[in-house]
Amino acid sequence: MSIVLRQGLIIGPTSSVIGDVLILDGVIAEVGATVDAPSDAFEVDARDCWVGPGFVDLHTHLREPGREAAETIESGARAGALGGYCALVAMPNTEPCLDNVATVSYVLARGATTPLDICVAGAITQGRRGEALAPMAEMAALGVRLFTDDGIGVQDPSVMRRALLYADPLGVRLAQHCEDERLADGGTMNEGALSGRLGLTGRPALAEELMVMRDIELVRATGAAMHFLHLSTARSVDLVVAARAQGLRVTFEIAPHHFTLDEQCCEGFDPAFKVHPPLRTKDDVAALVGALRRGDVNAVATDHAPHAPELKDLPFDEAPAGMLGLEHAASLTYEALGGAQCDPAVFFHVLSRGPSAIAQLRREDAPPRHSAHGGAVVAGEDANLTVFSPSTRWSVDRSTLTSRSMNTPYDGRELLGRVRATIAKGRLVVDQGVLT
Amino acid sequence: MITSIRGQSLLSLNEISREAILEVLNTAESFVEVNRRTIKKVPALKGRVVASLFFEESTRTRLSFETAAKRLSADVLSLAVASSSVKKGESLRDTIATIDALGIDAVVLRHRSSGVALQVSRYVPHVRVINAGDGQHQHPTQGLLDAFTIRQVLSERRGTTGLESGGELFEGLRILIVGDIRHSRVARSDIAAYSTLGAEVRVCAPGTLLPDDIERWPVTVATNFDESLEWADVVGLLRLQAERGSGAFVPSLDEFTFTHGLTVERFARMRPETLIMHPGPMNRGVEVDSRVVDAPAAIVEQQVANGVPIRMAVLYLSVAGSGESL
Amino acid sequence: MSSTNEGQARARGLAFFAKSQLMSADDVARALRRMAHEVVERNHSTESLSIIGLQSGGAPIALALAGYLTEISNAPITASLLDVSFYRDDLSHNPVPVSSQTSIDHDLTDRTVVLVDDVLFTGRTIRAALNALSDWGRPRAVQLCVLVDRGHRELPIRPDFVGKNLPTAIDEAIVASLDGVWIGTREAT
Repeated sequence: MSIVLRQGLIIGPTSSVIGDVLILDGVIAEVGATVDAPSDAFEVDARDCWVGPGFVDLHTHLREPGREAAETIESGARAGALGGYCALVAMPNTEPCLDNVATVSYVLARGATTPLDICVAGAITQGRRGEALAPMAEMAALGVRLFTDDGIGVQDPSVMRRALLYADPLGVRLAQHCEDERLADGGTMNEGALSGRLGLTGRPALAEELMVMRDIELVRATGAAMHFLHLSTARSVDLVVAARAQGLRVTFEIAPHHFTLDEQCCEGFDPAFKVHPPLRTKDDVAALVGALRRGDVNAVATDHAPHAPELKDLPFDEAPAGMLGLEHAASLTYEALGGAQCDPAVFFHVLSRGPSAIAQLRREDAPPRHSAHGGAVVAGEDANLTVFSPSTRWSVDRSTLTSRSMNTPYDGRELLGRVRATIAKGRLVVDQGVLT
Repeated sequence: MITSIRGQSLLSLNEISREAILEVLNTAESFVEVNRRTIKKVPALKGRVVASLFFEESTRTRLSFETAAKRLSADVLSLAVASSSVKKGESLRDTIATIDALGIDAVVLRHRSSGVALQVSRYVPHVRVINAGDGQHQHPTQGLLDAFTIRQVLSERRGTTGLESGGELFEGLRILIVGDIRHSRVARSDIAAYSTLGAEVRVCAPGTLLPDDIERWPVTVATNFDESLEWADVVGLLRLQAERGSGAFVPSLDEFTFTHGLTVERFARMRPETLIMHPGPMNRGVEVDSRVVDAPAAIVEQQVANGVPIRMAVLYLSVAGSGESL
Repeated sequence: MSSTNEGQARARGLAFFAKSQLMSADDVARALRRMAHEVVERNHSTESLSIIGLQSGGAPIALALAGYLTEISNAPITASLLDVSFYRDDLSHNPVPVSSQTSIDHDLTDRTVVLVDDVLFTGRTIRAALNALSDWGRPRAVQLCVLVDRGHRELPIRPDFVGKNLPTAIDEAIVASLDGVWIGTREAT
């Protein structure tokens, strides 16, 4: 299949230039001011658009196996493609969970039938119970590079230390959902004056920050690498940025809902706004946006968490936590980076280059049977590209999202910026904002 | 800010204005009289259907509401869902839709989860939702009947009527609320009602039983319980909510009694005219000594008696009428 | 004022604009005294009478009437008050009316009830009152005493004792109290 992207602004890590990109047989064949394309090449109009490395989501819940009513690997991949994603890292809290070779192989095989690059984050502990280590080496042999118990953090520090010591020589990275479960106390929203007034048990910022502090020290003591999932408070971000500056091998991601929504959203007891860690204060939101704009953030990750509609029709404290993310993450990131003032290099860094490095999906470290992501837009690189139109306005409509579920907190909201085309593994998967 | 509950659901006292509260109290005066008649019934809600949906059991409150609805001549559909086969996880929306299909004008709702009354009101916007207690959030009719009872007793003492006392009676009135405020929807409704009416509210509780950021509430946190007991014109006691987990927040019930129980000794040091209130059911011997409960200063029985006229007033204002305000 | 349309108009915040005064306070007093005599004459005595004023316009009228009856019969006659808000037939079509006090403290069985109101208009307030009365027993008879009858009946209700007959147009308004009777209109301010 040959594709040519015409006259987009090609975003490099340090500079940008308008030009054409020719894709042949899954690889970028030529990049130039204008390019001659074969007569049967599919033309993509990229004028007034940014062209950059395809997005990589470090944090997607694809629900399969076990909860296919909410989402499948296939429907999640389609939602991802519409969001500009070429690779998704599937979280292990499926049923059964991804703590063994058989289930991981299943997901990788199903993923290979989709146009995207579906990777797996294996569980750190068996059954995600936080006690005994899962077979990380066996899973790593299948190409798994990230391990997490996500949904819950590893509560016991001795287990976490053991996991870090075991994982490091394997060349894989552990990722943590930081929340001390006892401090979080089964809470359903951020702890504060609002939770007190609403009569909802709160999840204190302390529950997250204390575990962030703990894990930073575990990293310091073991010398291993760690990725912090969905940091939600100003303090958490400050802690990890400082640790990184001290030379510790730590990275972090933030999720769009944490840098666009705050705890006020929970005032109407609508479970659409229930998520762990919870939506925080306006000050936290401002701090996360500041970190994004300063270029301090390693990655934006969606924490795409589909739930069947009837589950979000439950009382607030009974409803499951989690929101959709794949289809609107790029737009929200663009707006948070300042919209028209957004620096496209930062945009592609947090959505593609940063996550590619953390997931080890770059040319230099991608596992076999996986494509290379996050690279420069130059001839020879695998063709995983996103064409993003900064000026397109669109409205989120929960009933027309491609995900099988509808639990987006942005229903009815008008967003600025939209993915126009997605080229995954050299195939045009999305064009003019729709699946091909 | 809701200035009247006419034609409105009653979900929380947090957004209710002073005039709205006084309107309910004044209307309840008429229903106190109706409840004294031989035939304790008026046709105001004749032909209307009120569903009583209690996901959390409470015989007293449910009977109080159902009596109120029947004395207004409404037809009452009583569903004690707590004892039915509705399992946890059944879509709330489905349960409400089933009842709504029967054609109801109002639903009186109690649930163990905060916010359910508001969620239900969104599913059935054409139905008046009366919150009979949602988790730890609000119990509006309790707040209203507590305020009404205070006005009734103090007016009588002064030789006047509640109507004549109006709202001025609450200005600067010293009210102390004691106990597990953190987990109490009654406390939240009481505090909203009293502070809106202009009373000076203090709260007193073990450190673990105060809500987070209590400094942002319209109350003063009292650290000296005994001094506050002497300060107060009205003392509102709360039950230690063992079933909502408050047991883990204090070392033992005995310790709670030691620090914050209204013992006979503490009662003896209080001013004789101070009123003692409790929303019930009481843990005699824990938050209050039995002998104190039976003293004349304790007006618990009046609180219970006022439940029906207040709930009649709420149902009348909310359900009768076309929904326009005056 | 307890009649349907008037009550609602006043309730909706429409103010009364007087066109002319038809009765002075003295005229009203004279009419009430005359009606008191008529009540005694018709019933031969005041012994088994229950005077009941309809809230809120009929209340002062009833109290004044009871005063005159006491003078005439040399026996103390008191008036009870009845709020018919809860008995209206049009509750669901209008804003909920403000309720006020009812103070009937005795069984009405075998009593002759004299309902007292300020203005008789459509008759619906009286119908509601008749409905309410049955909750206090079974009166031997119910008689109706009004200060002003302005016509436009919608139900088969007729007064027994009338202070003044005042034919009016349907869009006019009447205010009748112990201070006097005025005719005018109700309009938004």
